[in-house]
Amino acid sequence: MKSLEELKAIRDKARKDINMRNENPDQIRVVVGMATCGIAAGARPVLSQFVEDVAKADLSNVTVTQTGCIGICEYEPVVEVFQPGGDKITYVKMSPDKVGRIIREHLQQGRPVVEYTIGAHKKD
Amino acid sequence: MYRSQVLVCGGTGCTSSHSEEIISLLQTEIKKHDLQDEVNIVRTGCFGLCAQGPIMIIYPEGMFYRLVKPDDVPEIVEEHLLKGRVVSRLLYDETDDGSTITNLNDTPFYEKQMRIALRNCGVINPENIEEYIAYDGYAALAKVLTEMTPEEVCGTVKASGLRGRGGGGFPTGLKWSLAAANAADQKYVCCNADEGDPGAFMDRSVLEGDPHSLIEAMAIAGYAIGASQGYIYVRAEYPIAVARLQIALTQAREYGFLGKNIFETGFDFDLEVRLGAGAFVCGEETALMISIEGKRGEPRPRPPYPALKGLFGKPTILNNVETYANIPVIILKGSDWFSEIGTQGSKGTKVFALGGKIQHTGLVEVPMGTTLREIIEDIGGGIPGGKKFKAAQMGGPSGGCVPAEHLDIAIDYDSLISIGAMMGSGGMIVMDEDDCMVDIAKFFLEFTVDESCGKCVPCRVGTKRLLELLDKITSGNGTMEDIDAIRRLSEHIKDSSLCALGQTAPNPVLSTLNFFEDEYIAHVKDKKCPSSVCKDLLQYKIVADRCKGCTLCARVCPTDAITGKVKEAHVIDPAKCVKCGACMEKCKFGAIIRE
Repeated sequence: MKSLEELKAIRDKARKDINMRNENPDQIRVVVGMATCGIAAGARPVLSQFVEDVAKADLSNVTVTQTGCIGICEYEPVVEVFQPGGDKITYVKMSPDKVGRIIREHLQQGRPVVEYTIGAHKKD
Repeated sequence: MYRSQVLVCGGTGCTSSHSEEIISLLQTEIKKHDLQDEVNIVRTGCFGLCAQGPIMIIYPEGMFYRLVKPDDVPEIVEEHLLKGRVVSRLLYDETDDGSTITNLNDTPFYEKQMRIALRNCGVINPENIEEYIAYDGYAALAKVLTEMTPEEVCGTVKASGLRGRGGGGFPTGLKWSLAAANAADQKYVCCNADEGDPGAFMDRSVLEGDPHSLIEAMAIAGYAIGASQGYIYVRAEYPIAVARLQIALTQAREYGFLGKNIFETGFDFDLEVRLGAGAFVCGEETALMISIEGKRGEPRPRPPYPALKGLFGKPTILNNVETYANIPVIILKGSDWFSEIGTQGSKGTKVFALGGKIQHTGLVEVPMGTTLREIIEDIGGGIPGGKKFKAAQMGGPSGGCVPAEHLDIAIDYDSLISIGAMMGSGGMIVMDEDDCMVDIAKFFLEFTVDESCGKCVPCRVGTKRLLELLDKITSGNGTMEDIDAIRRLSEHIKDSSLCALGQTAPNPVLSTLNFFEDEYIAHVKDKKCPSSVCKDLLQYKIVADRCKGCTLCARVCPTDAITGKVKEAHVIDPAKCVKCGACMEKCKFGAIIRE
């Protein structure tokens, strides 16, 4: 160990790996419906895509997790994004190629991708 | 990046209830579901709630599963990790309003705790130095080496009010500055990890759950007193602790926290592990150092104190594991922060190993000044089976008991001394109405008789004679004069023994005699053991009216002491009865009594 900077660099890198063990109320939670219906409709690759892209974009304030059946099986795969204040946005009929836009526009810039949400689908 | 982390306790307690098997099954199941790139399995140290082990925590939800068995693993992986459904039958369900607790920190066991020494136990992977660094590990070492003088380090530790957590409660900062003041070509920093008290496992948990905090603190101590070499004396009966310590030492050397020219400040420091062979006396400081030197572990008279002439005749400091574990936090947060916690004379927190007749056996860390009632009733969950609290033995074989009338005492070094107990290393054994206090005193004395090194007469012969007097009482042959003799002999042993082992050996006897003299008198005068423990004073009898003559008792009796015809009342022959209690356990009609 040569310097304080070296120690800090290791610390910052290591903190990313353990970040989820500190319960942080400011965390944005991306929740993927992974019940049987979700998995059958293709939720598994959506979940993987989120994990991969969130890591790539280095979003330490975002956790990606999974949940059971939300009850709207016809709209699976369903992904819900919970904001720190408790508001949530429900995305439906998700696929891995839609993930990139949600990360960029919603998670990074704070603008939900309206056309992927449940409201937009119901109008169809 | 992992989306989920599964923390599994790898402490000694949970390991003995198959946590290793759980971890390897987790790995297999996670592979089976192709989750290995998303889910990380972390083997941690002790979470403290040993009674509920093996314990598993799944992040990011912070879901707390307890009493997990290997058979539960496929369900956890498939339901929780894959489908995101909580396995609710494994949750902790002990709340007043009947709701289920999903987060460990919300359990009553954790709520009143304050974790300083145990801050990383059950939080990090002890075999991964980077996780320790992530929680500000080695930042305190960096701070002292780059910003503080050795005098300032000693001053900070002194001002914090930290006292030795191993037993005596000597001010740590004072110990350090005494050793720092003695000039020598070589000095040593030692750690006492020879935790020998029956029922104590605080140090083991730190070694297993957070070994780097010990290494960091010892390097800080080395800088403070001017030592370049340290030794950790750890008992060989702690195989997991020794293994993790060795891994941590290797990593610390790789990362350059040990070795030459640390942080390019010219400070050199390294550590070696010495294994103790299980002699209780080697927890005494002079005996420990003599044992490190490779000689037979026997104490020597003090002075000279180790700060002047310790290991290999050089100035040495010796602190206990828990004491060291506090140091990095004190350096980082400051002495003012630390000295605001606790009581007037005892600052900070204390870890207690809670055992005996208590709902939540485990490890608790509370601010000094917490009452015994809070620890036993709120954190420990009270006594199982609705039994009544009788006393808690504090400080192991060197300590004394705290009876029910002192349950509200605010625990610190001085309050415990004032009632004849002591902090000791922090073992806390809870006893209920079924425990005989004379028998408890005998148990601890048997331990010290076994462990006396034999160097001085008062300890070698005195404790043996004391035990014989107790034996006489529990076998129903005691006299009131024997009780006086016990008191006299105890005082002699305390006054004239060479080291703390002998000086404190009579404490369990004196304190039980002080608080429970009526029990001693009942054994002597009435020839009865009020708690029905001392076998020689017990008799098993069959109540003829209740006996249906089913013959079950006669069949389970190992010595054929029970006779009788079918459908007729049976009789126990006291001459043959060995008082094992098997008949009483089996009798379906409550016809067998013990008195």
